[in-house]
Amino acid sequence: MTAVHIVGAGIHRFGRTPDMSGLDQGVHAVREALGDAQAEWSDMQFAFGGSSAAGSADAALPRLGLTGVQFINISNGCATGGSSLLSGYWAIKSGEFDIGVVLGFDKHPRGAFNADPEASGLPMWYGETGMMLTTQFFGMKINRYMGLHGVSAESLGRVSVKAFENGARTPHAWRRDPVDLETVMTSQMLSDPLTKFMFCSPAEGGVALVLASDKKMRELGLKGPKVRGAAVRTRPRGSFEVFAPSLDVERGLAPTQLASVAAYEMAGVGPSEIDVAQIQDTESGAEIMHMAENGFCADGEQEAMLADRVTSLGGRLPINTDGGCLACGEPIGASGLRQVYENVQQLRGRAEGRQVEGASLAYSQVYGAPGLSAVAILEA
Amino acid sequence: MAAGAAVAEGLFVEDGEAVRLIAGRRKADGEMRFPMPTGADAALFEPVTLAPKGALWSFTVQRFRPKTPPYIGADDEKSFVPFAVGYVEFPGQVIVEGRIVTDDPGSLKIGQPMTTALQTFPTSTRGDVVTYAFRPS
Repeated sequence: MTAVHIVGAGIHRFGRTPDMSGLDQGVHAVREALGDAQAEWSDMQFAFGGSSAAGSADAALPRLGLTGVQFINISNGCATGGSSLLSGYWAIKSGEFDIGVVLGFDKHPRGAFNADPEASGLPMWYGETGMMLTTQFFGMKINRYMGLHGVSAESLGRVSVKAFENGARTPHAWRRDPVDLETVMTSQMLSDPLTKFMFCSPAEGGVALVLASDKKMRELGLKGPKVRGAAVRTRPRGSFEVFAPSLDVERGLAPTQLASVAAYEMAGVGPSEIDVAQIQDTESGAEIMHMAENGFCADGEQEAMLADRVTSLGGRLPINTDGGCLACGEPIGASGLRQVYENVQQLRGRAEGRQVEGASLAYSQVYGAPGLSAVAILEA
Repeated sequence: MAAGAAVAEGLFVEDGEAVRLIAGRRKADGEMRFPMPTGADAALFEPVTLAPKGALWSFTVQRFRPKTPPYIGADDEKSFVPFAVGYVEFPGQVIVEGRIVTDDPGSLKIGQPMTTALQTFPTSTRGDVVTYAFRPS
């Protein structure tokens, strides 16, 4: 079986860039990734790319070069970036292609995402009476989790404090200023128990990765982390997802648990072997729940782990070393690839100011609407 | 008392003093959903009235006015009053999301008994409508 490596990585800084379109930021990222791989666009045999709100990814073609390359637009909700990576991974692993690029970019308007009941197959009254808000869903999901597993509101605050600490050390992050626990806890309450500083915001950014077979990598004299495992899974019956007027009384697994198990199995490693992880933190409760769903702890152990800074830089398992969605914001098409970009930086020893020393196995997980999760495990 | 037209047809029935929600049970496998599906899927489900009481499964408080559209509340940013919203589990049936009637959201506890009720919801487009809600028993 052909091994797949990431031989180039590029990013356009996340946040707000008023003078650049989402597409501009995607093109910037591709050029940076090609430069990193010392490759030309004309060398690329395939491209997979996506954006949620900034147009078709293949609009990048006239800018990058009309080489006739096969370019497939990916649209898969919040896992769009993860799905592009997986598509590129399969393309090379199958033996069909040797080298190609995956990209994701986005540019969202300010404020919470607008919700349209009919587009989600829901009755109008659900939105009309004020129940169709992602923020509400996140509040209810973590509130139940906290009640069942003894997680405190202060732990939610610690996740945000860590995110802004790490963001302050990351050139591609949006929020670059540390925020103290009291400020997080006393900021405006949006959806109990979640305050303003516990939520990420829609944002902008672009990421691109150049993937190559091990043979091609050697031919070109390149190096780069190996993709050990990658999986996307959708919600099984009984999972708790956004915009659900009702839920099964019989509760089931989350899509992240399915994707996580599949990726560990492909990689032949377990959670205890992971050195650094980027996991979905749409809000700080999501990071807490995903610590358990990805196998890094049992339900409830997060409380002590956060108090002991186990997941901070310098801890046993640093999580969201670039500040995650909380500090980078969430451009949907780019978010999953940002996590992988950060892991590539960590594994190549290039994460200056936030480097996890000696990291050799890195894990990423992106999760979102309408209930799907994408996991990738990389090895230095 | 709640007054006005129902926010939508087929969500609830009044049964003496009690209010019961109308869910759908899929004939093939018994999976229950609220509301009862309409359109092409309706034929696959049969309507089931839920128990008038259940237990609070989870909740939050909506602290800011939801965006219009889709929200049609008659309030504006200034007059908006935060409201509690949550899921109530009807044991052996289904877990349903709804607005919660309480003056003290801080006192809500997961697991506490809840009763299905009706609530007047003033709208900006249709005058007062009646929707279902849950209140602490």
